[in-house]
Amino acid sequence: MPPSATAVTAPPMPGRLALFWRSFAENRGAVVGLALMAALIVVSILADVLALHSPIEQFRAHFLIPPIWEEGGLWQFPLGTDDVGRDMLSRLIYGARLSIIIGFSVAGLALITGTTLGLTAAFAGGVVDIFIMRLMDILLVFPSLLLAIVIVAILGPGLFNAMLAVVVVTLPGYTRLARASALAELARDYVTASRSAGARTFRLMFDTVLPNCLAPLIVQVSLGFAVAILDAAALGFLGLGAQPPTPEWGTMLSGALQFYQRAWWVLALPGLAILFTVLAFNLVGDGLRDALDPKLKR
Amino acid sequence: MFRFLLSRISLIIPTFIGVTFLAFLLIHLVPGDPIEARVGEHGISQERLDELRHEFGYDQPLWKQFFDYEFQVLKGDFGVSVVTREPVIKEFAALFPATIELSIAAILFAMVIGLPLGVIAAVKRGSAFDYGLMGMSVTGASMPIFWWGLMMILIFSVTLGITPVSGRISDAFFIEPWSGFMTIDCAWSEDEGACTSAWSHLVLPMIVLGTIPLAIIARMTRSSMLEVLNEDYVRTARAKGLSGNRVVIVHALRNALIPIVTVIGLSVSGLLGGAILTETIFSWPGVGHWLVESIARRDYPVLQTGTLLIAVLVILVNLGVDLLYGFLNPRIRR
Repeated sequence: MPPSATAVTAPPMPGRLALFWRSFAENRGAVVGLALMAALIVVSILADVLALHSPIEQFRAHFLIPPIWEEGGLWQFPLGTDDVGRDMLSRLIYGARLSIIIGFSVAGLALITGTTLGLTAAFAGGVVDIFIMRLMDILLVFPSLLLAIVIVAILGPGLFNAMLAVVVVTLPGYTRLARASALAELARDYVTASRSAGARTFRLMFDTVLPNCLAPLIVQVSLGFAVAILDAAALGFLGLGAQPPTPEWGTMLSGALQFYQRAWWVLALPGLAILFTVLAFNLVGDGLRDALDPKLKR
Repeated sequence: MFRFLLSRISLIIPTFIGVTFLAFLLIHLVPGDPIEARVGEHGISQERLDELRHEFGYDQPLWKQFFDYEFQVLKGDFGVSVVTREPVIKEFAALFPATIELSIAAILFAMVIGLPLGVIAAVKRGSAFDYGLMGMSVTGASMPIFWWGLMMILIFSVTLGITPVSGRISDAFFIEPWSGFMTIDCAWSEDEGACTSAWSHLVLPMIVLGTIPLAIIARMTRSSMLEVLNEDYVRTARAKGLSGNRVVIVHALRNALIPIVTVIGLSVSGLLGGAILTETIFSWPGVGHWLVESIARRDYPVLQTGTLLIAVLVILVNLGVDLLYGFLNPRIRR
C-alpha cells in the first residue's frame, strides 16, 4: 500500500496548539478580548509613530480643546487637549505603552516570585511551608488596595514604588496557586520516578513539576495583568503612583479633577482606556481558563 | 460544632499576631521615624524632637517597642494621632459607621439586583439576556471605580442635577447621631427632608461601590444555579409537578446560595478597599477617606492603626463566613 493511502484514512491529529485554539475560540468574549489586547500591544509598540505630538508637549494656545466631533474641535488634536494644552490622543497612546509595561513587569515579577515561593513551600514542607503560607495569609487579610497604599506611603510615591506595592499585594494568589498545583503533582508517579532516577530537588521543582503546574498560573497571569493595571491606575489616581506629567491613565484622571465638569473628555477618555484594557485581559483570562482547565468547563 | 468553632478561632490567633507585627513593622520602615517624617520640613530644635520621640516612645529599643505595642493593642490602646493628639481609636470609631453604612448599602444593592439577574440568566441559559448579562458582568468586574464614580457625578450631579456631589447629608440638617447610620438616624428623627437628603447622598456612592460586587454576585449566582438546576432533586421536584418558579426559587436557589454566601463574605476585603476610593471621590466622611488624608498629613499612627483595625475586621468577617459556611453545609464540619 502506498504511504499516501494511509494518510487519507487517518487524518493527522490536530496539534496541541490547534486544539487549544479551538477550545479558546469557543468563547467569543475571549476572542474579542484577544483582539483588543493585540491592538493595545501594537499601539504601545508603535506609540512613537502613531502619536501626533509628544505626550508632554504643552500647546499654550490650545487649552481644553474638545474632541474633533464637538464644536470647536481641531484636526490637530483629534481627541482634544487637556488643561495645559497637551494632546489627549498622544497621551492616551503613550499611556497604553506605560500600562502594558506596568502589566508585564508587575505580573511577571509576581509570577516569578510567587511561583518560586509556592514551589519552595510545597517541596520543603514543614516549618518553611507554614512560614511562607502564614505570611501569605497575613498579606491576604489586608484589603489589597489598602496594603498597596500603605506600602507606597512608606516607600514614597512614584511609579516604581507603586508597581512594587502591587507586586507584593498580588503575590499571595500566585504563591497559593503554585503550591496547590505542585502538591497535587508531587503525589504523581512521574515525580517519584524522576526522583528515584536521581533528579535533584531544584531540577524536580523547575523542570519536572513546574511545567505541569503552568495552566492555572497562565490564567492567573492574565487576570493578574488586569489587576496590576487597575491597581497602578488607582494609586496614580490617589497621587501615589506615577507623577505628572507622566501620561499614566490614573494619574491623568487625578489631574482632571479640577475641571472635568467643563471638559468631559479629559475625564471620560483615560477612564475608558483603563476599562477596555482591564476588560481585554479579563476576557482573555476567562477564555484561557475555559480552554486550559477542562474541569471548570461546562 | 463546638470543636469546629474552637479550631477556627485558634487558627486566627497567629494571623492576628502576624498582622500586628506587620502593622508595627510598616511604621518602622518609614525613613527616620514618624516624628521626623512628620516635622521634617518645618525644622524644629533637636531638644523638641527628642522630647516628642520620648513622648511617643520612639526612643526605646525596637523589640521593646514591639512588645509594648502588642500589649497596648491587646488592651485596646491604639496610640495617638500625631496631628490631632486624639486617640486614634476614637477617631476611627467616629468615622467607622459611615464606612459600614456605605458598605452595607453597597452589598445590599449588589444582592438585590445581582441575585435575581443571575437566576434569570441561569434559567434562560444561552438567551440574549444571558449573553448580555454576562457581558455586562465582566465589564462591571473590570470597572475602575474611581473613574466610574466621577462619571456618575458628571452625569447625575453636574449634568442632570438630581443628586448631591459629596458628603452624607446636606448642611441644612443636623441629625443627632444615635446609631451612626445616617439613614436610620434620619428615619428616627422623623424629619422627612433630612431623610430625602441622606438617601440622595447615599445613592451614588452605593451604586459605585456596589458595581463590582454586583457583577461578581450575578455571575456567581448564574453558575451556581446552573450547577444546581441539573441535580436530581430538582428534576424530582419538577417531576412531582411543582411549578417552575417554585422549583427554581425554593429547591434550586436555596442550595445554590451556599457558594454565593461565601463569595459575598470574601468580597468584604475588596469592598473595604473600594470604599477607600469611593469615599475619596464623594468626600464621604468614613475611614477610607480619613486614611488617604492621613498619608498627606504624614500621620503614621493613624495609617498604622486604621490599617490594623480594618485587617482585624476582615479576620473577624472571614471567621464569621467560615462558621456560617459550616452551619449551612454540615459536610465541611469535621
